[in-house]
Amino acid sequence: MNPRTHFRLVVLYVLVGALLLVLIGRLWTLQVLEGQHYRDIAAQNRTRDIVVPAVRGMILDDRGRPLVRNTSALVVSVDRTTLSRQDDGGEAVLKRLASVLGIGQDEITKRIRLCAPDIKRPCWPGSPYQPIPVEDHVDPRRALQIMERQEDFPGVTAQVQAVRDYPEPEGAKPAQVLGYLQPVTQEELDKRTGLKVTGYSGVDLVGRAGLEAQYDAALRGEPGFRKVLVDSQGRVTGTAEEKAPVPGNHLVTSIDAGVQGAAEKALKGAIDAARKAGRPADSGAAVVMDVRNGRMVAMASHPTYDPAIWTGGISQEQYEALLGKKKGEPLISRVTQGQFAPGSTFKISSVSAAVRDGASLKGIYPCPGSYNVGNRAFSNFEGQALGPMTLHTALVKSCDTIFYRFAYQEWQRDGGMKPKKNPSDPMVKMAREYGFGSRTGIDLPSESDGRIPDRGWKRNFWEATKEANCKGAKEGYPQVAKTDPARAAYLKAIATENCTEGYVWRPGDAANFSVGQGDVLVTPLQLARAYAAVANGGRLVVPRLGVAVVRPDGTVVRGIQEPPAEKLPVDSKVLKYIRNALADVPKEGTAAGAFSGFDTKTVEVGGKTGTAEVYGKEDTSWFASFGPVKEPRFAVVAMVSQGGTGASTAAPIVRQIWEAMYGTKDRKPILRNGGLPSELPPLPGTGTAP
Amino acid sequence: MITGSGVGTVEGYAARRGWRSRVGELRRLDWPLFVAVLALSVVGALLVRSATFQLLTEQGKDPEGFLKRHILNLVIGFVLGGVVTVLDYRLLRAYVPILYAVACVGLVAVLSPLGETINGSHSWIVLGGGFQVQPSEFAKVGLVVLLAMIMGEPRDGEIGPGRRDVLLALVLAGVPAVLIMLQPDLGTTLVFIAVVLGMLAISGAQKRWLFGLVGGGLAAAAAVWFFGLLEDYQIARFTAFLDPEADPRGAGYNAQQARIAVGSGGGFGKGLFQGEQTGGHFVPEQQTDFIFTVAGEELGFVGGAMIVALLGVVLWRGLRIATQAADLFGTLVATGVVCWLGFQTFQNVGMSIGIMPITGLPLPFVSYGGSATFANMIAFGLLQAVHVRRRAFD
Repeated sequence: MNPRTHFRLVVLYVLVGALLLVLIGRLWTLQVLEGQHYRDIAAQNRTRDIVVPAVRGMILDDRGRPLVRNTSALVVSVDRTTLSRQDDGGEAVLKRLASVLGIGQDEITKRIRLCAPDIKRPCWPGSPYQPIPVEDHVDPRRALQIMERQEDFPGVTAQVQAVRDYPEPEGAKPAQVLGYLQPVTQEELDKRTGLKVTGYSGVDLVGRAGLEAQYDAALRGEPGFRKVLVDSQGRVTGTAEEKAPVPGNHLVTSIDAGVQGAAEKALKGAIDAARKAGRPADSGAAVVMDVRNGRMVAMASHPTYDPAIWTGGISQEQYEALLGKKKGEPLISRVTQGQFAPGSTFKISSVSAAVRDGASLKGIYPCPGSYNVGNRAFSNFEGQALGPMTLHTALVKSCDTIFYRFAYQEWQRDGGMKPKKNPSDPMVKMAREYGFGSRTGIDLPSESDGRIPDRGWKRNFWEATKEANCKGAKEGYPQVAKTDPARAAYLKAIATENCTEGYVWRPGDAANFSVGQGDVLVTPLQLARAYAAVANGGRLVVPRLGVAVVRPDGTVVRGIQEPPAEKLPVDSKVLKYIRNALADVPKEGTAAGAFSGFDTKTVEVGGKTGTAEVYGKEDTSWFASFGPVKEPRFAVVAMVSQGGTGASTAAPIVRQIWEAMYGTKDRKPILRNGGLPSELPPLPGTGTAP
Repeated sequence: MITGSGVGTVEGYAARRGWRSRVGELRRLDWPLFVAVLALSVVGALLVRSATFQLLTEQGKDPEGFLKRHILNLVIGFVLGGVVTVLDYRLLRAYVPILYAVACVGLVAVLSPLGETINGSHSWIVLGGGFQVQPSEFAKVGLVVLLAMIMGEPRDGEIGPGRRDVLLALVLAGVPAVLIMLQPDLGTTLVFIAVVLGMLAISGAQKRWLFGLVGGGLAAAAAVWFFGLLEDYQIARFTAFLDPEADPRGAGYNAQQARIAVGSGGGFGKGLFQGEQTGGHFVPEQQTDFIFTVAGEELGFVGGAMIVALLGVVLWRGLRIATQAADLFGTLVATGVVCWLGFQTFQNVGMSIGIMPITGLPLPFVSYGGSATFANMIAFGLLQAVHVRRRAFD
């Protein structure tokens, strides 16, 4: 052997030895030094965490009847991530799925696309990493086809899921109060701590409105998880570990399904009647509140909708109908979000203000047909002159001119067009004391403030509208003038006034304010609370729907206390005086017609009509009431927008609700022993309907 | 120098003796090499069973199906190895042109419609009846013997092959290499390169040839990379090697899963047939290219190191045989086999533990696969044949 070959063979020995040592060294690092790390990864590799969603709690009425419960549905979902890994992006899978489910392929494609501002429903508003339900209430045989041929349907699952169900006890369907669920968005999911419902388990829903949103945390429960063993294809081969989900708690509310059903029925009936009489009657509300503690007994809002349409995908048509003006925006609760001029129902505040400002309860005040406020005559309703009268009669007969005079005099005392530095504004202040112009604090999201216009508001409003007004003042309204020169001239005059001195709190503003007109806006809930304060002797309660959060086994997690009531700074003698006056309204006052034949022996009711003029529209019809007069328990308020006079449309609603609660000759009362249950109700069997 | 009775009588030694004495020569076998190959074969058979019985059970097939076929392959392989051992390897020289031609025809046939694509490589010829042949495995044998013949001819005055010999060797090695590259089978091409380089070096060729080849190879690799001649999957594998976390479900998947399987085996492993990663089929091609991951997971560092050590014994004995061979031809044959098996060992184990990129090469004597087993056993037989006829003074 030549030396070169020999030398090179030695080099090869060394090279081979070195390479083998490298292998052994690396093996040592990998297996001995980092072994634990890889054992951990291997464990994750072989197992998959499946989050098991918790069954959401029910929402119950005061007697334990479910307003919302759960029912099981077979839901077929599609996982976008798995689809996108297919060679054709999942096109073939969707095609097969469409034929099995019997719906169009582009319909499925639409349902699983992600929502964006320029994408119409149906689309997926939730997290893109969740399986997206494309169809619920699937026929079990079809679902079986999908599950048995998983190789043909990668990323498609069929699972039994709990979906919301609305049993409508006693016809009660308080859709806006209950709210609805929507898939959780990725941002919300990121913020949430703890287990997130993702993966195979279905959809994580979150309350988006109403009680579902307000008490979401209590109702939601805690998802559990299952650690399953899987092979490399993701096929489940066993269960390694399991933690059961904690079902959501039930929410007991103070809503009484019976009263709620009666209120909805009365409201619907009155609106139908008003429409038959030729009025638009576009929306309405009816509220029943326990005056002693602010517990809400019924909250009806019209127009309404079936909350079950939120379950599963919602179509663009349905979605537009819910949000659109065409169907009257049924998602908006007229009780808490509807803002309307209260008209004469507002006079309880004005009387209180006048008395605090020095007017005597024993005094006699003139009630002419019209009263000159500044250079403008303000008239009674239909211009009737009713002669001198007490404040009692002023409420019963609903005289306006008495209040115009109070308001004008107070305005003058405050300095008129050149106001004092600290004007007293008794009516504005009293309205605020009654809780108008700010949220009541009810346990529902997105409540409206209403509006109490005052000097500050007027100035802000003037600044905001100045430009348009001054333009109108300068140029007039040539477009309008073509068809209606008188109206154009009127508009120009208004614009001129608003342009130059629109910030001034004018005598007309004060006069309008005193009778709940002009820029005053209240929600039906605010009005009910104000009447409750009159009825309960001056406590401004905070309305509450939730009574208690209860575990599925019946133990109470927490009682929902009513927040402390504020004191209404009105003498109890004055409140009693107002109550007595209101008690005469259904007997001999403006609501006498509506309440003719009302059984006052069963329950004596006091109330006030309101007919609020709305520029360019029909009047808003109001009736606000409380009862029984001797020992008040409830405040009942009804409102119908563009419904005509308070006596003709709203008062009959209120009457029917009282009759339903206390019963008539032909009808058994909903109330037992004149009241509603004060104890927590027994729970219905399970959270899921069979 | 030690003298012995055999000096000068090596030539014609076998030719003079009858069949009985040929069997008697088996006493001259390299027994440590034999034991190591046998041990690797037994361990390999067990690992093949471990990698396949669960999947076969799930598929409703005979759980021992792969094991049975592998044992049959091994038996045939040992018989082939035995025949090669007993044959006078020098007689092979006469058959080298035929062997070479058959290998090239096989490689051409693979590229023709006769060939079958398995796992992205057009490397198989299906013979029917469930049998298939991978000519590139046999081409390795042909290459070793051919190069040994060209560069191992006795020369006068020169201590290494001349320019003509080297160029001839390169051209003749280049033809099958290109054919294999076209399949495409990068792994076997790399084996060819390792074998050519190793044998050229040991043959005593001038340094400039070695450096020229290495430099040319690097330049060619760079050109291939820059001109985009690699298949997408090859680039992906290479990227995945550099950063296995980049695409854990795609190209990096194999590397990542292999590493997890081996790493999770720890010091002593989870026990034969007890591997959870193996049982869950997380690593693909586990009975062939990734068989080492079964060993890593189930037998741990102890078992994995033992397999590497056994392969080390094979390589050590191979180099020893090269050193002691009776002639340069024998030295080169043994060197070629060592380079072949050594590169394949390093590449295969290396890719299972994440220090080499993934290419489809079986682990010698351990992986399942008929052609590979036969080729390895022939290589083993060549080593034994050279050893049996070693210089007598050792």
